[in-house]
Amino acid sequence: MSQKPFLRIENIRKRFGPIIASDGVSLEIEEGEIHSLLGENGAGKSVLMSMICGMVRPDEGEIVFKGETVRFNSPREAIRQRIGMVHQHFMLVPNLTVAENYILGQGSALRVINDMDKVHAKIRELSDRYALDVRPDAIIEDLSVGEQQRVEILKVLFHGIDLLILDEPTAVLTPQETDRLLSLMGDLVKDGKTVVFISHKLDEVMRVSNRISVMRDGRVVHTVHVGETNARELARMMVGRDVRMELPRSPEPPGRTVLSVENLTCRAETGLPAVRGVSLNVRAGEIVGIAGVSGNGQTELSLALSGLLPVDSGRVMLNGKDITGLDPATINASSFSHIPEDRHKHGIVVSMSLSENTILQRYDQKPFASGGMLNRGVIGEHTRDLIKRFRVKSRDENQAIGSLSGGNQQKLVVARELARNPDFILVNQLARGIDIGAMEFVMEEMLKQRDNGRAILLISTELEELFAICDRILVMFHGEILGELPPDRTRLDELGLLMAGQTEQPALAS
Amino acid sequence: MAQVNQGVRETMYPQAAQTFYRTLSQIAISAVTPIAAVLVALAFGALLLWLNGFNGSDVVTVMIFGSFQDMRSVGEILLKATPLILIGAGLCVAFRCSIWNIGAEGQLYAGAIAATLVGTNFDGLSIWVHAPLVLLAGALAGAAWAGIAGYLKVRFQASEIVTTIMLNYIALILTSYLVTGPMRDASAAYPQSARLIREAWTPRIVSDMRLHIGILVAIVLAVALYIFLQRSSRGFALRVVGLNPHAARYAGMQVARNVMIAMCISGAMAGLAGAFEVAGVTHRLYQNISPGYGFEGIAVALLAANNPLAAIVSGGLFATLRSGSEVLQITSQVPQVLVLVIQGMVILSVVAFAKLRDILRIVA
Repeated sequence: MSQKPFLRIENIRKRFGPIIASDGVSLEIEEGEIHSLLGENGAGKSVLMSMICGMVRPDEGEIVFKGETVRFNSPREAIRQRIGMVHQHFMLVPNLTVAENYILGQGSALRVINDMDKVHAKIRELSDRYALDVRPDAIIEDLSVGEQQRVEILKVLFHGIDLLILDEPTAVLTPQETDRLLSLMGDLVKDGKTVVFISHKLDEVMRVSNRISVMRDGRVVHTVHVGETNARELARMMVGRDVRMELPRSPEPPGRTVLSVENLTCRAETGLPAVRGVSLNVRAGEIVGIAGVSGNGQTELSLALSGLLPVDSGRVMLNGKDITGLDPATINASSFSHIPEDRHKHGIVVSMSLSENTILQRYDQKPFASGGMLNRGVIGEHTRDLIKRFRVKSRDENQAIGSLSGGNQQKLVVARELARNPDFILVNQLARGIDIGAMEFVMEEMLKQRDNGRAILLISTELEELFAICDRILVMFHGEILGELPPDRTRLDELGLLMAGQTEQPALAS
Repeated sequence: MAQVNQGVRETMYPQAAQTFYRTLSQIAISAVTPIAAVLVALAFGALLLWLNGFNGSDVVTVMIFGSFQDMRSVGEILLKATPLILIGAGLCVAFRCSIWNIGAEGQLYAGAIAATLVGTNFDGLSIWVHAPLVLLAGALAGAAWAGIAGYLKVRFQASEIVTTIMLNYIALILTSYLVTGPMRDASAAYPQSARLIREAWTPRIVSDMRLHIGILVAIVLAVALYIFLQRSSRGFALRVVGLNPHAARYAGMQVARNVMIAMCISGAMAGLAGAFEVAGVTHRLYQNISPGYGFEGIAVALLAANNPLAAIVSGGLFATLRSGSEVLQITSQVPQVLVLVIQGMVILSVVAFAKLRDILRIVA
């Protein structure tokens, strides 16, 4: 340990507008280790690593690599210093071959094209050495996600690196592909490389790492050797934080079943299975939470429920009526409200006014329209009323919604959805990207709705949000509901393990 | 504390005054940028002419004002403005829905063919029946022609940019075939159709001028389309689909249906323009009945920032430039190519200023 660290990060800070992504992070990586970075969504893992590989520039702090202070202005400069990163979203040109992707932006095109045989040979050699099965003349778009990832890894090896950063590489892989990747990481270390592995998944981290650093709220809170810890402790470190809000539980027992989902299956837009036989019930007067690391089918579940994604099999009943596979207009009209995950994609039209955004679903219904024409007076009055009741900070109802802060946009979306008088409210990420004040407000609104006998399904990756207002929490992993827990903070680690896909831990048997 | 201060400031400026000021500044930005765009383009045009040895400012002055000689020449400008306003206003609707209909030229020809068919047949109808019937046929044919591209888009995700351009060629070649073949007036030396029956002609406004009531129809329809887009439920849905199709689907709007409607409205307007050319101006179908109105209509909509009301003004402007260039050809040595270059500059400048306007809007 007395040796100089291979990579030292000292007191790095980075802000994106009001959001603090890195709040004075310090971290040391030793040569030849597999160092895992563990943390919830938004803990600042990816941003930190993007700063090391030159994608993002830190506001403050120092990065010392092999004893020298470095400041990269681009990923290319980082590569030159032999640091390479494989991102969560692949950075490959889909209609070029593997070899063509590798030489993109590499000096004179003419010279490189003349050397194409050498490039192919080098790719084949590396592919053989690490058993990557990458063919240099394969076209990217013909490859599966797992293959594309191996192409990305080989790309950084091709450019020659000593430090490899993998940003949630297993999120998109099947279990078999994951096994293969983990053993590849071992091979790389044997070859003298150093690997930083970003992940949420406890079992993978425990299997492969030498040391593990846990990040929370833009800081590294713990660094431990793998032998000195266990999954349970890591889960607590990852999710455990001070209780900020304790909102009252429902006084009444829940009533009749409003939404029932039976064995729902659907695929993502990519065609891959995303929801694998989900069954759940939401009763009047309760908030049911779905916890889970993002990308485990929650997005597709909410899109399928609201009619935006085709259902492969299973059934969705709302108020005893089968709404499976109906179009969104019919579902919207069946006492179904939806506060979507991606506000800018689905929830609002940014360049339209607040007024226009409040009538998005009811633009052709009374009293907002009659005889095919919009009743602008009624719409304006309705919008002013919502702005007042939900304390949306805005100039007036004619202001473009895109000029409001995220929190105020969300308040208007919540206001619109609640104003439609739904029996069932589907919420995906209630408080994403909004400030604490707005968060508290929308949460209290949700509780009021529950107390008024509405059934609410809250999908969230923020455990804080779920613990604050849910009556029970389901955990979704890999498209399935793995279990149900009460919102009891003493069972946080149990929840963390379920979120990481661990159902058969002996420690949980008790 | 901060909130209290904000409250104080807001009471100092009454809400109504604030809104008024803001609306005024938005209108100023909307109106000033296109005017500035045109002026900049003309200045560049003058420079270009000067470099070619002409007196640039004189030529540009002729281009703009040369055609305002008497009532008759103003009438000719309005005659040219008619198809430009119709097509421009129609394209505003399509562009607002993010449908890039480049096929107004073809839709114009489709309308002209249908108008000729109806106008050369059905002898014996009264003018009150026959003249409107000809226009209706033109509009329907234009809508149908655009509808082909719309259907290919919603059914097979075929790019409407490609399909509408291809349909332009088909319509043009079809017209050539018809006037040299089945619809040819055998007695004429030049390939042209038979003359439309008198009752099918669009009435003129003043009997000794070519200007017909089409200009009034164009203005009324442009206003109607403005109201449709801004005030009707369907227009609202079209705009949402154009701005954010994901949100439109989330809200339960049928994206495909709205795309078809926007496509057909723009096609109907272009078809109507074609019908007016045949029934109001030439009274026969020719191979080159449009000097590119369908393409210039795109520039009209662009300069109007996709506002059908503003398309009345920008259509008038493009018609003025077109007339002015004709005057130039007669009265000076300026080659027509240079005139076309200046028109091209107006379009380029409009595009550049449209970007600037968006930036100013955000700042203001």
